Amino acid sequence: MALIRNGFLAADGYSPVPADAPLPATGPLLLTLPQWQAWRTELIERGTPVGVRLASDEHPEALAADTNHLSLIALEFPSFRDGRAYSYARLLRDRFGYTGELRAVGDVLPDQLLYMQRVGFDAFEIDSNDPVADYEDAIGGFSVVYQPSGDERVPALRLRHG
Amino acid sequence: MYRYDEFDHQLVTERVEQFRKQVDRRLAGKLTEDQFKPLRLMNGLYLQLHAYMLRVNVPYGVLSARQLRKLADIARRYDRGYGHFTTRQNIQYNWVSLADTPDILADLATVEMNAMQSSGNCVRNITADPFAGRARDEIEDPRVWCELIRQYSILNPEFAYLPRKFKIAVTGAPNDRAAVGVHDIGLRMHHDADGRPGFEVLVGGGQGRTPVIGKTIRDWIEPEEILAYIEAILRVYNLHGRRDNLYKARIKILVNALGIDKFREMVDAEWEAIRGQGLTVPEAEQARIAQYFRPPAWASLRDIDAELELQATADPAFGAWLNSNVSAHKAPGYAIVSLSLKAPGREPGDLSADKMDAVATLADLYSLGELRVTHRQNLVLPDVRQADLKELFRELVSLELATPNIGLLTDMIACPGLDYCALANARSIPVAQDISRHFTAVDKLQEIGALSINISGCMNACGHHHVGNIGILGVDKKGKEFFQITLGGASDQNATLGDRLGPGLPQAEVPGAIEAIVDTYLAQRESEQETFLATYRRVGIDPFKTAVYGEEPVRRVA
Ligand code: SF4
Repeated sequence: MALIRNGFLAADGYSPVPADAPLPATGPLLLTLPQWQAWRTELIERGTPVGVRLASDEHPEALAADTNHLSLIALEFPSFRDGRAYSYARLLRDRFGYTGELRAVGDVLPDQLLYMQRVGFDAFEIDSNDPVADYEDAIGGFSVVYQPSGDERVPALRLRHG
Repeated sequence: MYRYDEFDHQLVTERVEQFRKQVDRRLAGKLTEDQFKPLRLMNGLYLQLHAYMLRVNVPYGVLSARQLRKLADIARRYDRGYGHFTTRQNIQYNWVSLADTPDILADLATVEMNAMQSSGNCVRNITADPFAGRARDEIEDPRVWCELIRQYSILNPEFAYLPRKFKIAVTGAPNDRAAVGVHDIGLRMHHDADGRPGFEVLVGGGQGRTPVIGKTIRDWIEPEEILAYIEAILRVYNLHGRRDNLYKARIKILVNALGIDKFREMVDAEWEAIRGQGLTVPEAEQARIAQYFRPPAWASLRDIDAELELQATADPAFGAWLNSNVSAHKAPGYAIVSLSLKAPGREPGDLSADKMDAVATLADLYSLGELRVTHRQNLVLPDVRQADLKELFRELVSLELATPNIGLLTDMIACPGLDYCALANARSIPVAQDISRHFTAVDKLQEIGALSINISGCMNACGHHHVGNIGILGVDKKGKEFFQITLGGASDQNATLGDRLGPGLPQAEVPGAIEAIVDTYLAQRESEQETFLATYRRVGIDPFKTAVYGEEPVRRVA
């Protein structure tokens, strides 16, 4: 499994915490939603980098008030066919003002990276022999988009009229 | 009609190249079939019983003569010399090879066509009134909005993996020829008191195993807000639609589970949050698209009813055709002509490459080079001079495309059924062929009048049997094919679902049963003006039951 962050191969840096384990003393952590909810106050005070990994049936509204305190949110694709996280990503970016790393995890196929990136993901855990090439292939495939989608690409209907 | 600009061309070209690479990877074994499946589906490629099928979009049913020639060329080069027009105003090729598809798509791109999202769990080809821009009863041309929605939905990253497929239809006329009530979203255009247009939005209609007529979620949406409102619906559906059961994944199930009021509340909340932002349709873009749909340069003519009547009296065959296959046009002196793809014994919707070429020539000669595909699987020449009708009729007769049955009993819709479809329980095309051979007398068909028969080979209802005035559904009983009949369905502005008549019948008994139903109608109707549907709604199902199954056995009292 490789991690691509902003187009580059990256080291993860965040450690998950096993269920039932106590809150580790230090380090960037990747928590489940219940863990985050349990340790929230303490972690905000501590100020070290924290990420939350949401399962596909956990609506990111649960983190709406916390987006300033998190530096990573990972959204899970239980199957590549399950498209909920595309909408979650847009809500996190556009509605809840989240600006940290938004990572796609789970069943993430290279052919889906462009769509994921367009809705706001900037990091991807993918299974690939050549992840950077796959990423660049996927992202670079299209120079035209038809609709606004929370990314910086300007849709054709705006470009046409200057 | 709409023409691609540089952006449209660029996007389609890039899409073809992307798919070419994906096919290469599949052929090289670098993608599993499971991984490849959604990619090919979103490019219109299905794996059927015997071969790959490619479904090509005809955007809201509008086609140029040049495009039709290209479709003919593709049928010859890559298929078996014919194509099949579908109930979604598209064309399907049933025998293509995987390796050829990128080339086919590249060929299509040269005439501004594509197969994007003609399948898969995404927003499909937008469908519309096939008489759009021409019908005399139209108040607004829906094509402008269809094109805007088409572009909005193509490669929309957020909604490429919806719980299930998503169909949108638009009508701008009070007489609904687009069946908007049986679509995931149906849009009906209205005018306000000042004559400004707006949309009534229906949601949650659909056929399949759980047929539902769509409900009005909003009776007025301003045109420039329509994309934002559609996005709000799509987002609520994407987030909350069921994904655990294929048969419960359509939006209609969600709407029913929540109730329309709760669903509306959720959509409204979403809509409020995104209103007035990037999805507001810029006036300039609306105007840019609208100019492609300006009326063509119609000559200033007068209606020639009296002359046509004379011609009809002299030639009853022409008269019958005028009666059923020619519709009123906006412009005086013009007519809308439907070409029947339902000649007796033919497969509904099929057209050979040679005939496609011939029809393209007729479109150039008689109809300003434009055509339409209807959801009842026929073709339309939208701009024919009334003075040319007689001559055009002669040409169509020689092509076997003048069967005078549009809107009549033998203008049947049939899904591919067991002959092509892996999901089928029963044949549907042969049943349609049986019926059309049984009812060949033109006089009788015209006497019966407006009557739709829709046939599906299984409960997935691709043949729209629920909304046929007479619906026929193929079922499997212990390995044998039976056909269940429903009565009273309709897909127009007063859409209803059919009622089940009784136990399924073997194929051989279907034409006889249809005859019994029709004779009952003829005996019961109050006047020649009372259609089958009106009579059925008035008298109910019982007389028809008796006609098909006989008197109910009298219960013996002990
Ligand atoms: S209705 Fe059934 S048999 Fe007919 S095309 Fe659809 S899935 Fe196949």
